[in-house]
Amino acid sequence: MAALGIATGGRNWFSALALGVTLLKCLLIPTYHSTDFEVHRNWLAITHSLPVSQWYYEATSEWTLDYPPFFAWFEYALSHIAKYFDQEMLNVHNLNYSSSRTLLFQRFSVILTDELFVYAVHECCKCIDGKKAGKELTEKPKFILSVLLLWNFGLLIVDHIHFQYNGFLFGLMLLSIARLFQKRYTEGAFLFAVLLHFKHIYLYVAPAYGIYLLRSYCFTANKPDGSVRWNSFSFVRLISLGLIVFLVSALSLGPFLALNQLPQVLSRLFPFKRGLCHAYWAPNFWALYNALDKVLSVIGLNDKWFGSAVPTHSPSFSDSHGHPHLHSDGHIGPRGFLRCLILCALSSFLFGWHVHEKAILLAVLPMSLLSVGKAGDASIFLILTTTGHYSLFPLLFTAPELPIKILLMLLFTIYSISSLKTLFRKEKPLFNWMETFYLLGLGPLEVFCEFVFPFTSWKLKYPFSPLLLTSVYCAVGITYAWFKLYVSVLTDPPVRKTKKQ
Amino acid sequence: MFGDYEAQRHWQEITFNLPVKQWYFNSSDNNLQYWGLDYPPLTAYHSLLCAYVAKFINPDWIALHSSRGYESQAHKLFMRTTVLIADLLIYIPAVVLYCCCLKEISTKKKIAHALCILLYPGLILIDYGHFQYNSVSLGFALWGVLGVSYDWDLLGSLAFCLAINYKQMELYHSLPFFCFLLGKCFKKGLKGKGFVLLIKLACTVVASFILCWLPFFTEREQTQQVLRRLFPVDRGLFEDKVANIWCSFSIFLKIKDILPHHIQIIISFCFTFLSLLPACIKLTLQPSPKGFRFTLVSCALSFFLFSYQVHEKSILLVSLPVCLVLSEIPFMSTWFLLVSTFSMLPLLLKDELLMPSVVTTMAFFIACAISFSIFEKTSEEELQLKSFSISVRKYLPCFTFFPRIIQYLFLISVITMVLLTLTTITLEPPQKLPDLFSVLICFVSCLNFLFFLVYFNIIIMWDSKNGRNQKKIN
Repeated sequence: MAALGIATGGRNWFSALALGVTLLKCLLIPTYHSTDFEVHRNWLAITHSLPVSQWYYEATSEWTLDYPPFFAWFEYALSHIAKYFDQEMLNVHNLNYSSSRTLLFQRFSVILTDELFVYAVHECCKCIDGKKAGKELTEKPKFILSVLLLWNFGLLIVDHIHFQYNGFLFGLMLLSIARLFQKRYTEGAFLFAVLLHFKHIYLYVAPAYGIYLLRSYCFTANKPDGSVRWNSFSFVRLISLGLIVFLVSALSLGPFLALNQLPQVLSRLFPFKRGLCHAYWAPNFWALYNALDKVLSVIGLNDKWFGSAVPTHSPSFSDSHGHPHLHSDGHIGPRGFLRCLILCALSSFLFGWHVHEKAILLAVLPMSLLSVGKAGDASIFLILTTTGHYSLFPLLFTAPELPIKILLMLLFTIYSISSLKTLFRKEKPLFNWMETFYLLGLGPLEVFCEFVFPFTSWKLKYPFSPLLLTSVYCAVGITYAWFKLYVSVLTDPPVRKTKKQ
Repeated sequence: MFGDYEAQRHWQEITFNLPVKQWYFNSSDNNLQYWGLDYPPLTAYHSLLCAYVAKFINPDWIALHSSRGYESQAHKLFMRTTVLIADLLIYIPAVVLYCCCLKEISTKKKIAHALCILLYPGLILIDYGHFQYNSVSLGFALWGVLGVSYDWDLLGSLAFCLAINYKQMELYHSLPFFCFLLGKCFKKGLKGKGFVLLIKLACTVVASFILCWLPFFTEREQTQQVLRRLFPVDRGLFEDKVANIWCSFSIFLKIKDILPHHIQIIISFCFTFLSLLPACIKLTLQPSPKGFRFTLVSCALSFFLFSYQVHEKSILLVSLPVCLVLSEIPFMSTWFLLVSTFSMLPLLLKDELLMPSVVTTMAFFIACAISFSIFEKTSEEELQLKSFSISVRKYLPCFTFFPRIIQYLFLISVITMVLLTLTTITLEPPQKLPDLFSVLICFVSCLNFLFFLVYFNIIIMWDSKNGRNQKKIN
């Protein structure tokens, strides 16, 4: 009895948080799932039933394999457990097959692979500076960070309702960030290389990794004021990094290179034919651009949607605009690296090609690590997170999910704002009146889109207005957060040598 | 879901489309065999209110006759929202206020207590899974407990009358209320303030009943018919499998078939009142809020175990008072609440609520274990058994191992419950005994409940002036 008493004692708050959110995920099993569910079932079938040479050519279903090979191998491993649940799901021709056992298996696979994310959060908490800690457990930065990451609303609804496998992928990313904080550079590089071959969307943040590793690992010594000592460049370290990346890529793409399938694999991974915007507009710059375009066309300035008044752009523009801030001034520490990473992710989100709204999580989750450090970062984080999470609402458009998404969002938003406000209560307030007004405006927007609009006559004439409004409103907030972060990166004082990284 | 969900929808249809005089009567428009109204008038008024909202959104939901068996996602959302709103307006504020008013514990413990009560799996699963409005009647009863404990006797009794008029099962709680208030009147002196209080209470009760039943008091026939619907004495000692004495006893001896109905009623009446009389008498003679709460538990439990025509959902009426004493005896309360959820397992499995019940039970158990450190609170003092064990030691001086016995019993109980749950899910019952697992579940739960009945009665009877010293520990 005593042992059980200690095990359930108050010291194990992290396990309690992890267990609590896992129980919540179990409750979300029977909720609505999107076509991504069928996508992954199809990939289970493809990898299980067909030989490797066919994986990137198979096209019976419209949801072809478009993730890098490591993910395909991951699905292959899962399929060997899947066959004990329901053999039928592994048949390539069973399109849209979703028996209750299939659902159970797929949902549980997401919940269990999330354990990697839990471990990564645990590692990240170790890197957090605990100096601001109050005596209360709930006021410690570690506790707040754990809740913000483990109970992140966006991750919960994208992974466990909409259905995706972002949990363990973000786990890999957070783990690599934690390793870089802990100065275990090779491990961090290795983890990131592996992550890239699981899901290539993380290429968005690769430049941040590249520059930081070059700066902190390859240049082994600093001058007394903190800037780099140019003659301390170590070729050995550069070679070792290159070797890690090369070996991982070889393991991943090697088999396909041997089969002469590399062009096919690349065309599946980077489908540029798809168009600038996704079916539902991610709240980024292009959404604002399209909205402007639409407004102009309605007024009468041009008569073609995507028309002549505003020129179209090729992918290269969106890419080049993303990284002008990466100047190696020689003052980057792990926190600077993290800011760089978040800026990369945000810029790519704002200006990228065919961006999904779910990509906002790429910026939100690493930002949580910064938010418990400084008040300024906390303020940017809250604006980014609240608007980012709200922009995910249209993903869950079914009636039964309405109370769930509203209540969970309220829970997360209220907790994040109140806990960060309490943590930084000794400094100036987190929001100015404009920002408060903007965030409060999300409430009436939601009421209008979900409760008022369906009963009006506009529903028939302009059925996509709620999506348009949501996208544009959130784009404003996200662009504002990006801008503020950019300014804070450029104007922050340089890292002092005495500060412990 | 042709069960309570359809019943509630049907009641909205009936109350909206038919005049009040026809609600409880059999007619061509109102077939009482098809989910006829069998709760008191306040439920009917609540259904009417919901029906008005339903009419505004989509009249098809409550169209007379043609809406039978109506099911759509929007309708389901509407119905579930009505439960949520009732919860938010009545039950949750009562719980929060109750925990705020608790004395001698820190704010953190108050919040933890509120969280644990709200996480109680039984109520969540029955109200939101099976579909019922128990939170309304339990919420009103809780407001009644609050009022009466803090000397707002008139408001408290008004709230409790509303609870009885919402669901007649709240009568399980009526005796403790009656005895407590009577005891208060006696304490104040029957020749002065006490008498005034008694008159005022009587007037409040009568007035609230008249107000609720006004449309039905116009004719004697109406009142009689409503009473007939509320108390169906023709139905028999028990229906289906329920974790009470009569069902468990019928494993060995089929009393349902042997004895005639009126004898069954008399026997259950006698047993019920015999088991609850000691606690009630003590409450009348020594009224105190603490004694009141424990008497609520033991009375409701006696009614559950021995009364006539009990349903397994009635265990919620016992769970509510146990939730209230969670901070005083965390270990035993958590144990009881786990058993109460387990006793409803056959019903929950029928509704395909296995995953939610496992998840909510685990969440509740972990929340209680962490908030109250229940496994460290198993000493004699913390189990409130100190005075009892002192008395026992007068006759058996070596009897010092109470906590150990209780811990072992807890382990056995939990292991049995887990094993039975696993067997029910994975195995098929033998052909000759198709109800084997449900009966086993009821039997095991009944044994647990008998143990708790004895335990709570011991606490009440042996709770003397020592009670004041023990408050410091809590």
